[in-house]
Amino acid sequence: MNQAARIEAHAALITVAGEQVLCDPAGVLYVPAARVMAVSDLHLEKGSSLARRGTLIPPYDTAATLARLNEALLRYRPETVISLGDSFHDVEGSARLPQAFRDKLKAMMEGRRWFWIAGNHDPLPPDDLPGRTVDALAVGALTFRHEPSRTGCEGEIAGHLHPGARVVRRGRSVRRACFVADGQRLVMPAFGAFTGTLNVMDEAFAGLFARDRMVAYLLGRDRVYAVAGTQLRSG
Amino acid sequence: MAAPAFWFSSVDLTQRPSIESEVPSARLPEPFLKWFSERGWSPRAHQIELLARAQAGRSALLIAPTGAGKTLAGFLPSLVDLATRPKRRPGEAYRGVHTLYISPLKALAVDIERNLAKPVGEMGLPIAMETRTGDTPAHKRQRQKLSPPDILLTTPEQLALLIASKDADRFFRGLRYMVLDELHSLVISKRGHLLSLGLARLRRLVPDLQTIGLSATVAQPDQLRRWLVPQNPPGEMSDLIEVAGGARPEITILASEERVPWAGHSARYAIPEVYEAIRRHKTTLLFVNTRSQAELLFQELWRINEDSLPIALHHGSLDVGQRRRVEKAMEQNALRAIVATSTLDLGIDWGDVDLVVHVGAPKGASRLAQRIGRSNHRMDEPSRAILVPANRFEVLECEAALEANYLGAQDTPPLREGGLDVLAQHVLGCACAGPFEASDLYEEIRNAEPYARLDRETFDKVVAFVATGGYALKSYERFARIRQTKEGLWRISHPRFAQQYRLNVGTIIEAPMLNVRMTRAGRGANVRGGPVLGKVEEYFLETLSPGDTFLLSGKVVRFEGIRENECLVSSAAGSDPKVPYYAGGKFPLSTYLAGEVRAMLADPERWQVLPDQVADWLRLQRDKSVLPGRGELLVETFPRGGRHYMVAYPFEGRLAHQTLGMLLTRRLDRAGGHPLGFVATEYSLAVWGLTDMGAMFASGALPLSKLFDEDMLGDDLEAWLDESWLLKRTFRDCALISGLIEKRHPGQEKSGRQVTVSADLIYDVLRSHEPDHILMRATRADAAAGLLDVRRLSEMLSRISGRIVHKRLDRISPLAVPVMLEIGRERVDGEANDLLLREAADDLIHEAMGEA
Repeated sequence: MNQAARIEAHAALITVAGEQVLCDPAGVLYVPAARVMAVSDLHLEKGSSLARRGTLIPPYDTAATLARLNEALLRYRPETVISLGDSFHDVEGSARLPQAFRDKLKAMMEGRRWFWIAGNHDPLPPDDLPGRTVDALAVGALTFRHEPSRTGCEGEIAGHLHPGARVVRRGRSVRRACFVADGQRLVMPAFGAFTGTLNVMDEAFAGLFARDRMVAYLLGRDRVYAVAGTQLRSG
Repeated sequence: MAAPAFWFSSVDLTQRPSIESEVPSARLPEPFLKWFSERGWSPRAHQIELLARAQAGRSALLIAPTGAGKTLAGFLPSLVDLATRPKRRPGEAYRGVHTLYISPLKALAVDIERNLAKPVGEMGLPIAMETRTGDTPAHKRQRQKLSPPDILLTTPEQLALLIASKDADRFFRGLRYMVLDELHSLVISKRGHLLSLGLARLRRLVPDLQTIGLSATVAQPDQLRRWLVPQNPPGEMSDLIEVAGGARPEITILASEERVPWAGHSARYAIPEVYEAIRRHKTTLLFVNTRSQAELLFQELWRINEDSLPIALHHGSLDVGQRRRVEKAMEQNALRAIVATSTLDLGIDWGDVDLVVHVGAPKGASRLAQRIGRSNHRMDEPSRAILVPANRFEVLECEAALEANYLGAQDTPPLREGGLDVLAQHVLGCACAGPFEASDLYEEIRNAEPYARLDRETFDKVVAFVATGGYALKSYERFARIRQTKEGLWRISHPRFAQQYRLNVGTIIEAPMLNVRMTRAGRGANVRGGPVLGKVEEYFLETLSPGDTFLLSGKVVRFEGIRENECLVSSAAGSDPKVPYYAGGKFPLSTYLAGEVRAMLADPERWQVLPDQVADWLRLQRDKSVLPGRGELLVETFPRGGRHYMVAYPFEGRLAHQTLGMLLTRRLDRAGGHPLGFVATEYSLAVWGLTDMGAMFASGALPLSKLFDEDMLGDDLEAWLDESWLLKRTFRDCALISGLIEKRHPGQEKSGRQVTVSADLIYDVLRSHEPDHILMRATRADAAAGLLDVRRLSEMLSRISGRIVHKRLDRISPLAVPVMLEIGRERVDGEANDLLLREAADDLIHEAMGEA
């Protein structure tokens, strides 16, 4: 069995604006044709960002996020990586990045093209890290951008919203981070260890997706679960 | 003007209960003697004895039943001392608080103030008394600091705030007595830990401070006696004064003509008889174990209330205004009956109650005694109480409780070592008051009984946690909340941390609740709302769909949706709610009662005391399935409604069953049994799944002896603990109490996902990167003691080893009915969660294929 087939067994292969993309249960998106892997909303150094204000939550979020990112890189071996904005939790985040983590990240970037998409938390290029910082990036028919644009944009892959979905069955409720797509547009889940979710039924998502074609791809333990928008619950 | 000399004339009152022979004599000043004699009263022996001991400089614990005049006894030393102390000299600008009274309930403090004001006023004593609670307006609190009352009535949280202020020293300089009310209920919680640390701090400010503890009867008074005096070095105890219980209560079990149901908690069958009892008495208190039971009972009583008797409802989910109105009416004796939950458990005086009805099983014998003490606050007359079992298991339990009460058996949970999260909160509080030296503080806190055995290394870790989070990766030094000065003193590094401390003080973490607002039907969540009916837990709402109906505030309401942070409901037609139950206010069955119930079940001789129908139920179980012997474990398996069930009957109490359920589902999950969920009751445990577990046991694919092997308490317990949502919830509480994350305050709900980090995520990261962090330790300690009852489970597993009886049935058994009705409230994480997702995903496939 080749590598691609093994990956497809647990990821969901879907079509956005005619392009095939893989939604991986780890929360990364892979475009096989272009050998591009995308992750969104890493929010690196969120722990230290809050610590500055006296909330001393554990300083291990960057380590945890980078470890998961490294696993995904080893699995897909992409030529190009897109970090879809909010890569750092605040504008000084990249400057605060401890040296050990910086070295680790640099090693992961080695030998591949790397794009930092500017986000609202990190509008400027990161300190002392390679890679190019851009506002948006086109890959075939796809356009990678941090915030989903309000004017309908075919082929847009965005982040920013931290989508999550809730399913209620047999009196029990399961909530997971998810990809959400309708064939034209896709919003990626947040990848960072300290990132929460916002329900796709929230009004922040209103108008982004064609309701009747909207599908959430919930991140399961070892596979992705496609659930129709009509089956999802708010709250 | 000098104080009148006659106030100092001493009177020796010798009619006292003798516990120790060397009792010093008490001095009771003239106004007190006059006041007593004018009313034809004389002080009770224990009141005089407590006074004598206090006047001899001793701290003391007074154990007395309700109605024994405990409160007056507790305050008598203060009143006498205040009445006889010299007036303030000119130029003496400031007098601090003389007596500090701490109660677990705000309402109790208010109640005591009222009760005490009367004798103080009638004797014309120059004593100022005030309460200070979370409800006290800021200007009054400010004024209290400038001009403190002689007696301050307050709560553990307010004490923590007072000692964390810079002028604590001045405020408490004149403190002589600390009166701790309902001490038995305070010491078992984290509030007690916080209070013990506050007390240790007060001792430092006032070394000769005397404590007076007031308590209901407890199994081990020595624990409380140690609690009241400094424990560094450990072992010293306060004096003890015990007043024997008053008249023996008259307790009966309702003998109903009606059928006692096999299951359920409503006790609907007994409503006409309960109503009759209300009619025959002046004022009846009806106690239940859960809020939903309260709602149901209230609704049912009104359904047949042909005389329109004033019957009210009181529980923690109701709107505060509504609760206050009920309390007021009760005080004025305007009510004939009040249906209540544990919100009314503690010693508030409620008018002339002459009957207590307890609906549902009373769980622990101590709890029963306390609740019955509510009736008839005159100690010399017997209290009257009726127990109303709601189902047949509860009949067994009521019988056992009845015997326990007559035997005087007591069950107070064992006291726990002080929580490290609470200590962290206290350390920050101490820094707010002023710079401290770590060694000094360590010596100080070990005076508190719960922390007497704390080792220095752990203490230092807690201090490091307060400073920088205490992580092995030392990257937060520059963000420290407290820092060491050159002299080695720990000092708060920014005033905003003191502000943070004040906003987050306390140990009471409430489940997130949403307001329930009335609106019109069928408009979804898009309409303006009407009045607020009360509150319900967020996690209960999670399981509701629009259109579902449930009971709140005596009404059946229809769930419309959630808008922002409110739950919208509308009036529902009909009277049978679709979702009959919601959690809240569940008590564990005490070890003692559980053992009694087990013994009764195994011994047909003892069934004679049971109503015929209950005995018939047990006989039916014997015919249809089997009854477990005293040392055996019965496991039944049967299919029902497309699922397969396994019901086990360990009779070990809900906590132990809950832990067992977690571990069993984990093992079943691994063995391919696909468990979907489980539910635990006091008596039994049901697990359900998609695979026929009975077949697995019978074929030997998964032997029961292996499933119930004691080794589950090893690796499985550890592994489960780490992933358990219960542990996550415990962690969240520890994180809030310790100050790692902040409480949500009104208006902050919308601060959003960018700012806050959920405790679950922090837990996951900490578990994988620093599993031995001080907060993880605090969490595990809480879980092992509070949530798991591991000790009890371990004893059970070893007892039943080799004595498991498996009965494969083709339908539900009589004994299984009660637990089956509880199903639907517990979650199992793990594969089953993904299983639900798979089902939802499959629906999409069906839809796509045109099959749905």
